[in-house]
Amino acid sequence: MSKGLFKISPGFEDVMPAEYKELVNNGPYGKDLGVSDLGTFKELIEEHPLCAGCAEALALRLILASLPNSEDTVIVGSTGCSSLLFPQVAVQNIHSLFGNQNAVATGLKRALRLRFPDKVKDVLVIAGDGATVDIGLDMVMQSWFRRELITTIMLDNEVYANTGGQESGMSPQGAVLHMAPLGKKFPKVNLPEIAREAGCAYVATISPALPRRLGKVVRRAILVAREIGPSYVQIFCPCPTNFKWPSAQVLQKIRDRQKEGIFKVREYVSPEAEAYLAGLEVVKQHDEEQ
Amino acid sequence: MTTQQVVAPEYLFFEAERERQFITGSEAVREAIKRANVDMAISYPITPQSESMHLVGDIYAQGYLKEYFRGESEFAVMSAVAGAAMGGVRVFTATAGPGTLRAFEVFPTWAGARLPVVCAFMTRGINSPLTIQPDTIEMAFLLDTGILMFHAESAQDLYDMILKAFVIAEQTDVHIPVGVFTDGFFVTHTREEVATAPADLKLPPYNPYSAPVPVMDMENVPVRQMRDPFVMKSNFISYAAHASWQQEILAAQERARKHVRRYLGGLLEAEHPEAAVLVVAAGTAVSQGREAVAAARREGLEVGLVKLKSLRPFPREELRMLGRQARALIVPEFNRVGWLAREIKSVVEDTTKVIDAPRVFGGMTMPPELILAQIRRCYA
Ligand SMILES: Cc1ncc(C[n+]2csc(CCOP(=O)(O)OP(=O)(O)O)c2C)c(N)n1
Ligand code: SF4
Repeated sequence: MSKGLFKISPGFEDVMPAEYKELVNNGPYGKDLGVSDLGTFKELIEEHPLCAGCAEALALRLILASLPNSEDTVIVGSTGCSSLLFPQVAVQNIHSLFGNQNAVATGLKRALRLRFPDKVKDVLVIAGDGATVDIGLDMVMQSWFRRELITTIMLDNEVYANTGGQESGMSPQGAVLHMAPLGKKFPKVNLPEIAREAGCAYVATISPALPRRLGKVVRRAILVAREIGPSYVQIFCPCPTNFKWPSAQVLQKIRDRQKEGIFKVREYVSPEAEAYLAGLEVVKQHDEEQ
Repeated sequence: MTTQQVVAPEYLFFEAERERQFITGSEAVREAIKRANVDMAISYPITPQSESMHLVGDIYAQGYLKEYFRGESEFAVMSAVAGAAMGGVRVFTATAGPGTLRAFEVFPTWAGARLPVVCAFMTRGINSPLTIQPDTIEMAFLLDTGILMFHAESAQDLYDMILKAFVIAEQTDVHIPVGVFTDGFFVTHTREEVATAPADLKLPPYNPYSAPVPVMDMENVPVRQMRDPFVMKSNFISYAAHASWQQEILAAQERARKHVRRYLGGLLEAEHPEAAVLVVAAGTAVSQGREAVAAARREGLEVGLVKLKSLRPFPREELRMLGRQARALIVPEFNRVGWLAREIKSVVEDTTKVIDAPRVFGGMTMPPELILAQIRRCYA
């Protein structure tokens, strides 16, 4: 996006909505901002209807604050809680269907590469665990097999939240949930491992309880997907509403799970991705600041 | 690859000197795509469509397209096509029968997202039992998805309609997808003489900024497009916004009429429209209808032929007028359900005039004698 485009036409300053003016004057486009700068700029996300205390909403806020190239990033989402939030995000985003997000992103990324061969246009997929590991697994994996240059982020809230709390492939084994009245019979799907085997050059698991690490991971994933290969980030953000936790306790629950070793922070970087990232001075500097 | 020169659509369609080639329907698809200045094509094998998408792959290898690949399934291909169109490129794909049904969820979203995708549907029966035979039943399912639907009788139609479909789909006041339908095998696998424009001419490129919705390239100011997210809230504004959006898609179909008339020469074509008995058909049923009409006229029976080229938009007014003066409308179809007769009944004033027969399905060919028998019955 040409930054010159993003300004208010003379004479319209008074009538533009306040948050729009803020975005023009104090937004993140074209600036190298990250999670540690939160509070100093107008964020890409405006008021949204997700539940109070939603860890997924927090994760999204952190992702949006970490985009290395927000002025040239397009996000492909999927049906689920996050799709209620995307209309309130100030980067272009596509609501695809349920599960076809990586196929849509494939077409989009290839189209943008044709139209803007000399420009970096990042395509980011952000979808729930149901969309990623269940209904959409085929298309997610196939995009990795084909080495599409896109970043896939799973919001792992461990449940189909938007439809009222049904078991998903990422629900913990034994959890009694709608449609699993006797408890879930199989463990959480090990998608990070599958991602690595399927050809992702960068794979990480993280949670919003570690905001700076999350920012770093997202940034690295997007950078790797520019040149080296597909990348995958899995964000652990359990749903307080469907697991019936007081909303203020979500981060504590995540930390407890981490202590118990049930949730682990992990990062896999392929040798090519490692060399590429090491060559990017900006990343090094940014990472050091985090 | 021959170097190609961009020419105005009108010149390519109506003025450029044509050369005759003896080719199959699948090859006619290739010839259309060669001249359509398509950026990207995405493929998936399904009989009888496969060959046409192989041939599109071949011309990609020759440099006629910038991007081409095989997706993992029809649903994924139609989704990837959506992403590509949202990214602002001209994109083509094709499907058939079971593949069409597998991809079904995507077609209404193409229309809803106002994507000018052109898709060729080489129609085939729907399982089960398993069949790979020609049958137009899948068209019945697609009638209300919001896409425009043209039905080719021949390889010549297929070539012309695909090429013209891009231009109609991309009009700013239309900007919705077009499906070009042809009856599997009868057209895809048989050879006929097709007149094509010279291969060194092509359509002007697609301009994504002519779209009435923003292209997803972050070259526009990223307004919060659904500031009051219409599908997401249960309130009057959301209902009203959604309803008016759906009406807008229908309105876009209506606005397409003038472009269909201009480029296809009308939504239908009639021979002897003044006759008391009319055979009304679409696709290859038109060819059998033509045979039957010729035979009947040799017997001295006054019969006309109506070929429907566009099913969406539907030639409502045209058929109503024809239905007024005719005594009977005979509708031969290549499917079990008789969806075309139902459509015609929905617009003519006296539905008892519509004879919803003969019908063949499951891949059978239609003996013109069956149509002739209906004509004779009208005069008995
Ligand atoms: C084809 C299809 N099937 C089912 C649905 C209903 N649906 C909407 S959201 C949703 C659950 C989404 O779960 P997940 O991807 O985990 O996201 P979350 O809501 O948990 O963020 C389902 C099943 C749909 N929209 N489309
Ligand atoms: S249901 Fe759960 S995941 Fe969805 S918005 Fe509420 S807290 Fe977040």
